[in-house]
Amino acid sequence: MRTAFGRLLGRPSDDLVALEEELLLADVGVKATARILEALTDRRSAREPVRATLARVLEEILDAGPDQALRLDAEPSVLMFVGVNGTGKTTTLAKLAARLRSEGRMVVVAAADTYRAAAIDQLRLLTERAGARLVAHQPGSDPAAVAFDAVQSAMARRANAVLVDTAGRLHTSSGLMAELAKVRRVIARAVPGAPHEVLLVVDATTGQNALEQARVFGQAVAVSGIVLAKLDGTARGGIVIAIREELGLPIKLVGVGEGLDDLVPFDPRAFVRALLGGSE
Amino acid sequence: MFGSLAGRLQGIFRQLRGRGKLTERDVEAALREVRMALLEADVNFRVARDFVERVRGRAVGAEVLQSLTPGQQVIKLVHEELVELLGSREARLDLGQQVPAVVVLMGLHGSGKTTTAARLAVHLKGKRRVLLVGADVYRPAAGEQLEVLARQAGVPARVAQPRSDPVAETRRFCGEAAALGCDTVIVDTAGRLHLDEELMAEMVRLREELGPRETLLVVDAMTGQDAVNLAEAFHRRVGVDGFVLTKLDGDARGGAALSLRAVTGRPIKFAGVGEGLQALEVFHPERMASRILGRGDVLTLVERAQAAVDEQTLRDWERKLRQADFTLDDFLAQLRQVKRLGPLEDVLKLLPGATGNRLGEAKLDPRELVRAEAIISSMTREERASPEIIDGSRRRRIARGSGTRVQDVNRLLGQYEEARKVFRQLARWQRGPRRQRPDRLPRG
Repeated sequence: MRTAFGRLLGRPSDDLVALEEELLLADVGVKATARILEALTDRRSAREPVRATLARVLEEILDAGPDQALRLDAEPSVLMFVGVNGTGKTTTLAKLAARLRSEGRMVVVAAADTYRAAAIDQLRLLTERAGARLVAHQPGSDPAAVAFDAVQSAMARRANAVLVDTAGRLHTSSGLMAELAKVRRVIARAVPGAPHEVLLVVDATTGQNALEQARVFGQAVAVSGIVLAKLDGTARGGIVIAIREELGLPIKLVGVGEGLDDLVPFDPRAFVRALLGGSE
Repeated sequence: MFGSLAGRLQGIFRQLRGRGKLTERDVEAALREVRMALLEADVNFRVARDFVERVRGRAVGAEVLQSLTPGQQVIKLVHEELVELLGSREARLDLGQQVPAVVVLMGLHGSGKTTTAARLAVHLKGKRRVLLVGADVYRPAAGEQLEVLARQAGVPARVAQPRSDPVAETRRFCGEAAALGCDTVIVDTAGRLHLDEELMAEMVRLREELGPRETLLVVDAMTGQDAVNLAEAFHRRVGVDGFVLTKLDGDARGGAALSLRAVTGRPIKFAGVGEGLQALEVFHPERMASRILGRGDVLTLVERAQAAVDEQTLRDWERKLRQADFTLDDFLAQLRQVKRLGPLEDVLKLLPGATGNRLGEAKLDPRELVRAEAIISSMTREERASPEIIDGSRRRRIARGSGTRVQDVNRLLGQYEEARKVFRQLARWQRGPRRQRPDRLPRG
């Protein structure tokens, strides 16, 4: 790997150097970029422009096939939203609630972020707007108990989905990670096979640290997919390529705006086109 | 944070140090490593490139390669440039004479503006009388969050109503500050998902109409390459007096810190370093540079220790430090004190030499402390004073006595050994022939 990188640096082939810069500026990261360029070198052909080959390499990395879609078959399907502070968990959850409602599903939302000031108020306003049912306890109460109640309530009402909001936490804080693992265990005990999705919400402006987040959250609560939030800015969100490439986690949803309907299924092709600046 | 970058650079430098003579190719290889380490730490691509260019420009000078310690010379250059990039002195908040002094916090969604506003109020307590103003009229429950935090911080708050004009409301609140007995107003503004014209226009209006003394941009330490766009856009359009870098307590290597300063020339003034309202520190660039190079942040540790430990204990520690005798009893006492310093991982990261050894990796949770106390309490006085006499049969007895396993006893003794090493290192520093201050690097 290192040698491939060195080779590329040592022998300045203009187009590859430019592509390297683009990938690095998109937060793809040094290691993933080196491996991608290596794959690109192997597959280059005179018949295809190099950018088109690169796009193909990236799409293949990102394409998760049947794992791309959210798992919503179970009744109720329990979806947990986890992540570090400020990535957009609550907003993403509200957007998904709105989408599921518009598809005619009955949705229960668990306000298991009992820590952040006014998080429950924020969630209440957002779920009302989305037309979902909120289960909340007092600020400071046990998040696992909130999740348990929400799941029970969903089963009693035959709701289709339970969306569990959790407090943001830095993955380096082992105590808080243990608390999150407990929420997951309690859900798993309440419904066999649950949680059906554990979605790690990643801020598109995040750099290499997102890889570490995915690794550590993955170990603690078995993350099943990534939601890339805030992708409508100047940040390209290339770190999800590294996450997919290194950890194999599928990217499931993308947040592209502030409105309740601005959450779309992840489309590898569109993502790569935007990442490479649309010029192919 | 910066953990990996520090480890990485230490590795590079170890290789350089071992060499008597360096060729240009050696330097070239080392600089390539430095560049990759910087990129992995999220330093902006162009900032990293310029950084390496500058070091190269100075390193290929004849005096470096022909000096007796070329490796040391290159390391020195990297450190100097790093300090240069981070800013050489800490930049304090400058609130001036005019009353009320207005501080505006801006930033993207989720960067930590509201929390920072409350933390800044706590930070200024005792020196200034702060009024918190919430000017986020868009995010649901943003006002409530600020009011809750203001109550926790023990300062008054005024919050603009949803969908009102935040600029007019804020101006009105600033007018009320004097009547409330406040001499400082901290304004928490609305965030956006990204840079948009509407937000910028609002910030420009705020700045023009309020004439804030300090306009601070709050930036998440985990931000990647985009930090540069963010900083440039806000600085060009609105004007930024300084930065607050949040979430520095994670393991983000925080390359954004280097980028922000490089593209705007404005200093980082504060760092957010934990949960809770106390978790805001003045940003010390030199200490940070030393931390990047794996030399530990002794000054921060000492400052925190002074806040948490009484003076007598501190004098005792200092004496022990000088004599470099450090028994298991001291270890236990220290563990107890450290409990009051904050999460252990945070504290350990500040210790020199803690990067890359078992101490730095140690994830100590409070239960470990209880176990450690039980184990040490189960030892005889002789065992505590001279741990080397603790053989296998003693270990078994201690484990039984403390209700733990022999492995636990072994681990505790291992940790003690590491701590003792660090202690010796600190003692050497204190008595060092050149009387170095811990924040200074050895020359050459």
